[in-house]
Amino acid sequence: MTTVRRRLLWALVAVGPVAFLAVFFAYPVATILERGLTEGSALDVVRRRSTGRLVTFTVAQAAASAALSLVVGLPAAWAVARVDLPGRRLVRALLVVPFVLPTLVVGAALQATFERVGVDGSDGFHLERTVAAVLLAHMVLNVAVVVRVVGSHWALLDPRTEEAARVLGASRLRVLREVTLPRLGPAIWSAAGIVFLFCFTSFGVILTVGGPGRPTVETEIWRYATQRTDLATATALALLQMLVVVALVATVGVAERRAAAGAVVRNPVPPRPLATARLRLAVAAALAPAALLVVVPVGVLVERSLAVGDGYGVGHFRALATDGDTGLSVAPLEAVRTSLTYAVAATLIAVVVGGLAAVVVAHAGRVSSRAVDVALMVPLGTSAVTLGFGLLIALDAPPLDLRSSAAIVPIAQALVGLPFVVRSLVPALRAVDPRTREAATVLGASPWRARWEVDVPLVARTLLVGAAFAFAVSLGEFGATSFLARPDAPTVPTAMFRLLGQPGAALRGQAMALGVVLAALTVASVLVIERLRPRDALGW
Amino acid sequence: MSHQTTVPSRRRRARAAAVAVPLALLVGLTACTDDPESTSAGESGTTEPAADACRPEELPEPIDPEEAAEADVDGTTVTLATHDSFAVSDGIFDTFTEETGVEVEVVSAGDAGTMVSQAILTAGDPVADVMFGIDTTFLCRGTEAGLFVPYRPAALDEVAEEHQIAVDDLATPIDVGDVCLNYSKTAFPDEADAPQSLDDLTDPAFADAFVTENPETSSPGLAFLLATIAEYGADGWEGWWADVRENGVEVTSGWEEAYNDSFGAGSGERSIVTSYASSPVADVVYSDPPRDEPAIGVVAESCFRQVELAGVLRGTEHPEAAALLVDFLLSPTFQEDIPLTMFVEPVHPDAELPEEYVAHRTVIEDRLTLTPAEIEAGRDEWTERWTEIVLR
Repeated sequence: MTTVRRRLLWALVAVGPVAFLAVFFAYPVATILERGLTEGSALDVVRRRSTGRLVTFTVAQAAASAALSLVVGLPAAWAVARVDLPGRRLVRALLVVPFVLPTLVVGAALQATFERVGVDGSDGFHLERTVAAVLLAHMVLNVAVVVRVVGSHWALLDPRTEEAARVLGASRLRVLREVTLPRLGPAIWSAAGIVFLFCFTSFGVILTVGGPGRPTVETEIWRYATQRTDLATATALALLQMLVVVALVATVGVAERRAAAGAVVRNPVPPRPLATARLRLAVAAALAPAALLVVVPVGVLVERSLAVGDGYGVGHFRALATDGDTGLSVAPLEAVRTSLTYAVAATLIAVVVGGLAAVVVAHAGRVSSRAVDVALMVPLGTSAVTLGFGLLIALDAPPLDLRSSAAIVPIAQALVGLPFVVRSLVPALRAVDPRTREAATVLGASPWRARWEVDVPLVARTLLVGAAFAFAVSLGEFGATSFLARPDAPTVPTAMFRLLGQPGAALRGQAMALGVVLAALTVASVLVIERLRPRDALGW
Repeated sequence: MSHQTTVPSRRRRARAAAVAVPLALLVGLTACTDDPESTSAGESGTTEPAADACRPEELPEPIDPEEAAEADVDGTTVTLATHDSFAVSDGIFDTFTEETGVEVEVVSAGDAGTMVSQAILTAGDPVADVMFGIDTTFLCRGTEAGLFVPYRPAALDEVAEEHQIAVDDLATPIDVGDVCLNYSKTAFPDEADAPQSLDDLTDPAFADAFVTENPETSSPGLAFLLATIAEYGADGWEGWWADVRENGVEVTSGWEEAYNDSFGAGSGERSIVTSYASSPVADVVYSDPPRDEPAIGVVAESCFRQVELAGVLRGTEHPEAAALLVDFLLSPTFQEDIPLTMFVEPVHPDAELPEEYVAHRTVIEDRLTLTPAEIEAGRDEWTERWTEIVLR
């Protein structure tokens, strides 16, 4: 096949994801930015001293959160990747729960925990509404990212290199420092980049846990756009935010490629049996911090959902099914159905668009594949307000008048799920041995048929992993959904927000019960991932 | 900054990306300069603000109530834009559909501020036909930006003058709510020990007891700031807040963290909170375990009155059907549904209040208030000052 024809074919494959991102992300965001730029001078905002402080604090807290998540997450990643734990799958699934729960709920659970941990008295130890509390909350939410991204790589590292180093007399610590960690480089960079991105644009945690004295770029964009109707300032900040995100994604991409990847074995190394007491102790020590971070808030959530009146019971769960006076226009359980419907639709969109994008990233030329990779990450680093307002003023004319259509919700959620699909698929696609495909071609299959017959079965299960992740993320998505969902069809997170927003113990209990339902759905979908997971899957 | 919004032309939109790129390059090259921290969107309130400030540049032709009543609207669908605290009984609009043949769809986009900002963005080309839930604090901003078409429902004649706060009939009052200090009856079993007025919050007896919301991010927080400005005037409110800060006030971003976490719905670390006059009613209706008496009390001297209004959005394709929906929002059916779904009081004097509501509500004799024009003129400056005094 000539290069021209090949390029043309690749261009055809790339059209899908590029068009999707252009219509539902780039065009709306550019529209809102342009509107803001015509209303005032963005430069004035950028040159304000307070803006400098704002950006500095935002970057610093995100960097600290990413570093701390690595500190807690790496030992846990080792434990679930390298040791034959009983119930490994369940451990991995549980660690993901906070990541996909709405931050509002995690924030409320943490707030309750802080109140119990904090010592009374003005000179006591108080975590409430401090920077430390924000960092802690970010660790709770993101430890899963480190465990999954790094753990899946760690399971595939050839252990013989480490063994050779040990034989040559290196201490365990030195092996870790000079052999293992460098070989995990790309995975560590990738995890750190994703965590940084989430913390850089975090919204719910900053407002609920951090309190009013510590705004970040994201919360200020929201405040100027919605409470001040000062679009000029909001836009300038949004531009600044996107610049940082693009710079970050590009930098991490470079660092990932620079970090020499260790030799990866085709089949995962069998995990070590939990035989010696020493290993048991090491595993316990490695898992304890991560487990504590995740188990405590989830435990508080469960405890509160069961607290009925003066005792415990399942009253709040029963109340979910009744169409009582909850201030919601539907029974809370309806919200579960709505959420599932949206999540299925969002997942389908993410799988189709993400699948095509992954093929491009894995096989196209280096420049275009990097561009697509960056383009997919940018929506994760864009504030929900920017996108929400952009969709409203951009998609206002047929054939794309989606402003009051329910279809807008899964589309917005798919944007968030896309990177997960792509990041799961790309390593698998790259790992497909081209010789198998070549053999098929020699036997007379067309290049596309060879791909269909060879790549697709090999990749299908990995695709399911990414799909299940996109599904879980859609279930818990709150930022964009709160802008776009209808009050008569709330999703689980928006219903929880509504229930928490009114006085009354019964409503609060129901909100917590809904949170537990959401957590259970999450664990179920992640367990499905674990079942489907090919033994040699990389990525998520 | 003028809030004149025009629908951008296609060509201008196509330029969006072209604008963004060079700007991005410039951003990287700028240094910090000493600029004032604030960008006050409105003119500072040196002169007495008049209602004129809230008028749009061009007043649209009003909708005639008689024409609306006789129009053939059967089979149309009107969309109602509202905020995320909107709550009604299931099927409440069925009556309206039976009477008029008009279907109702409800959309929401976040809190009241978000809703108004979004409407201003799409002014003249609205996402919906009617807006419900714009309140005293945002009204002037919305009417000035040309969101609404004038319409005066016949039933408005029966509504008290004090609630009719919109200029030129641009919006119709539907309900009123009061933002008040609440106190925990567990902490103050004897009513005499509870705070009686705003003055009490600076008293060392109530040190470290008060939690309130940030007016920059919370609607009750803003209403309470306005209450203190109405009470102490332009010269006194700053000093009051400085004293309250000395006295150990806690500030949260939103109502939820203040009421449920710090105040613990009456059993938390803090015993005084900024909430609503109707909080005791909700406390009983949604109590768990069930009880007959609310666990929280209201400081009647500290209340700020917020009127919630509805308006027909300019640019609607169904002005008559939209007007009929506004009529319905003022009708007994809807007015009597309000108290126990949104915990606010209907404006129509004939609307009967439910028993539970009457039993547990606090009757407010004197309330604090400011006009929409005063709020619009001062708001941004006040919140900036508040942030400096209380948070820095």
